[in-house]
Amino acid sequence: MELITLAHGSGGKSSHQLIEGLFYKYFRNDILEQRNDASVLPEILGRIAVSTDSFVIHPVFFPGGDIGKLSVYGTVNDLAMSGAKPLYITAAFIIEEGFPLKDLEKIVASMSEAAKAAEVKIIAGDTKVVEAGSADQIYINTTGIGILPKDMNIGGQNAKGGDKILVSGTLGDHGTAIMALRKGFEFVTDLESDCGLLSGMIQEILQAGADIKVLRDPTRGGLAATLNEISQQSKVGMLLEEGAIPVKQAVRSLCEILGLDPLYIANEGKLLVIAAEEDAERVLAVMKNHPLGKDAAMIGTVMDSPKGQVYLKTEIGGTRILHMPAGELLPRIC
Amino acid sequence: MCVAVPVEIVKIDGTEAWVNFGGVQKMVSIALVEDVKVGDYVLLHAGCAVSRLDRKEAEKTLELFKAYTMMQKE
Amino acid sequence: MKYLTEFRDPALTKTLIQKIEKKAIQEVIIMEVCGTHTMSIFKSGLRGLLPPQVRLISGPGCPVCVTPQSYIDTAIQLTERQDVILTAFGDMLRVPGTEGSLMAQKSKGRDVRMVYSPMDAVQLALDNPHKEVVFLAVGFETTAPAIALSVDQAKKADIHNYSILQSIKTMPNTMEALVVEEDIQIHGFLCPGHVSAVIGVKPYRFLSEKYGLPAVIAGFESLDILMGIYHILDMMDKKDYKVVNEYTRLVSEEGNLKALEMITKIFEVTASVWRGLGSIEGTGLKLKQEYENYDTVKKLGIQMASEQPVKGCICGEILKGKACPLDCRLFSTACTPENPVGACMVSEEGTCAAYYKYGEFRD
Repeated sequence: MELITLAHGSGGKSSHQLIEGLFYKYFRNDILEQRNDASVLPEILGRIAVSTDSFVIHPVFFPGGDIGKLSVYGTVNDLAMSGAKPLYITAAFIIEEGFPLKDLEKIVASMSEAAKAAEVKIIAGDTKVVEAGSADQIYINTTGIGILPKDMNIGGQNAKGGDKILVSGTLGDHGTAIMALRKGFEFVTDLESDCGLLSGMIQEILQAGADIKVLRDPTRGGLAATLNEISQQSKVGMLLEEGAIPVKQAVRSLCEILGLDPLYIANEGKLLVIAAEEDAERVLAVMKNHPLGKDAAMIGTVMDSPKGQVYLKTEIGGTRILHMPAGELLPRIC
Repeated sequence: MCVAVPVEIVKIDGTEAWVNFGGVQKMVSIALVEDVKVGDYVLLHAGCAVSRLDRKEAEKTLELFKAYTMMQKE
Repeated sequence: MKYLTEFRDPALTKTLIQKIEKKAIQEVIIMEVCGTHTMSIFKSGLRGLLPPQVRLISGPGCPVCVTPQSYIDTAIQLTERQDVILTAFGDMLRVPGTEGSLMAQKSKGRDVRMVYSPMDAVQLALDNPHKEVVFLAVGFETTAPAIALSVDQAKKADIHNYSILQSIKTMPNTMEALVVEEDIQIHGFLCPGHVSAVIGVKPYRFLSEKYGLPAVIAGFESLDILMGIYHILDMMDKKDYKVVNEYTRLVSEEGNLKALEMITKIFEVTASVWRGLGSIEGTGLKLKQEYENYDTVKKLGIQMASEQPVKGCICGEILKGKACPLDCRLFSTACTPENPVGACMVSEEGTCAAYYKYGEFRD
């Protein structure tokens, strides 16, 4: 089995082979073909949105995706959350020496496929190889560039009392799918990461002409972290209906066993929308119509006060605060 | 103090068994519960079945809850 | 999730609460001893649904929280050894020692691993024959059988590189230590359901027989807890004090004999140090002499670190139910879930953490 060695990152012959035989093969496009230190883009007319993210995940291949797909969709989704149309991304790899070449090829192929689906071009890249033990297999950084339509003003600061909170589907799928595989846990489930592309659904929502205040993808820290951030940014309160929040049975079960809360668990393909009350039903219908939104639901309401607090109305009718998550998510036994 | 859930036994292999809990499966120890068979429910804590679930009692408790709430309505 | 969701039925919950409202004519203070009860009560928002005269206070039933600082200090020292792999339940990693935590040690690159079960630690010992795999053995009677089983299995399989750092605790004597205090104001107990699944009903009888206190062994779903509260109110009303078993689907009179046998095969009763409460006679379990080779302290010839009191922290009072987290000057200022000072903020189900996380609706 051929492995990545330090030579692949040295700039010499092996590097060249890797770039030609792998990256150019899968990422090929007119801009990348310029083959210069910097890629020069055609003129972009309008405001530009930029987003960058680094992807580290163990295992790199997981049910429902891999680090390659994740690194493209993650950044494209972040761009889309501003209302931008994603155009380009860059890709930089840090690879641990000894990583199988065929796994790298699988990852690169998966990135290429994801970029095609997202209609973005991969326009620049870099590869570094580090000594065995200095990194965990492979890390990928992607930076995305998109263009914002005129008058687009979507952001975490825009939520107002009375607005409705919607999600595009079940929460906690990605985090639990990964956790089940964790060494020492080894739970068997049919859970898959929800790693998915949200820009299509967002375009449909925006085309519906609804008054959209906020778009977010609740990744790390889950729904709880995202809503706490927005409530602080917009200086509003929120009240969620526990019974309305979609969560898969197996996600609920694994959380019950490990003493965790699905609302704090990461998602990689879920859209959170805050929309004006009068448009909320229409937005929900558009979301439900999209293949990634069949479990979409309206889960709560924005309130003028108390500012910066998120509350949850429980299924038995009680109310509790949904706090900002503290530190790393640790399974509880006691 | 102790996070534990009632799980169903789906396959027994000596003192270990595959259990199912709402779509999550795991191999756990059943060394500390007497006479369990496939289809039985046990209480799972820290990878170990620590008690058997008595289905009749579970139903009785639910009936009791219902009886109490019926009384309330009358 | 069969045998779980049925016991959370919202409609039945509402009617039970109405029944409790009718019954609760005077102020009643009920201690839920178990941390999982505390979590469940906060998570469902149950506290806010109960009439104000029914006050629930949280007891010392979170084994992670009551683990003394000196224990964590000793565990931290162990991680400095090249020949040790330290294994622990997830929530132990955040517990603060005098300086730092196991999580911080992990960040420094020390070999600290989270396990779901003590049996996983035994497996790790098998996979790493040149390392000593130490398991942080904390827990109450629910966890003790699994830990005992791990030692038993290690011995049977001739595994000599597995040992446990002991801090296993037991419930009934601890509850007695609480009720003998004169200034304690508890009218009734919700007894820990999962501990009871192992030890049965009998060990709690002293509560009603000796101290005239009503007690209910209750499950963890909202209906279980409400039924427990209702039974306590009913017993107080009728002045007929007993230990009622509401959790009959999992708790029998005698408990799980096979699990109890395993505990007594491996362990014997000893005194135990509780964070905030000090040392209490007869509230711990330690390895019997014939299993001493599995005691990390004896095996590695180490000394347990000494216990230093934490300034300003009133965890002891909170664990006894004498104070509420809001009475503490450190609460939510110097002591938060990110930087816990005292035991009760440490575990997610610690009284203070639960207050912080699931604080009631306040405008």
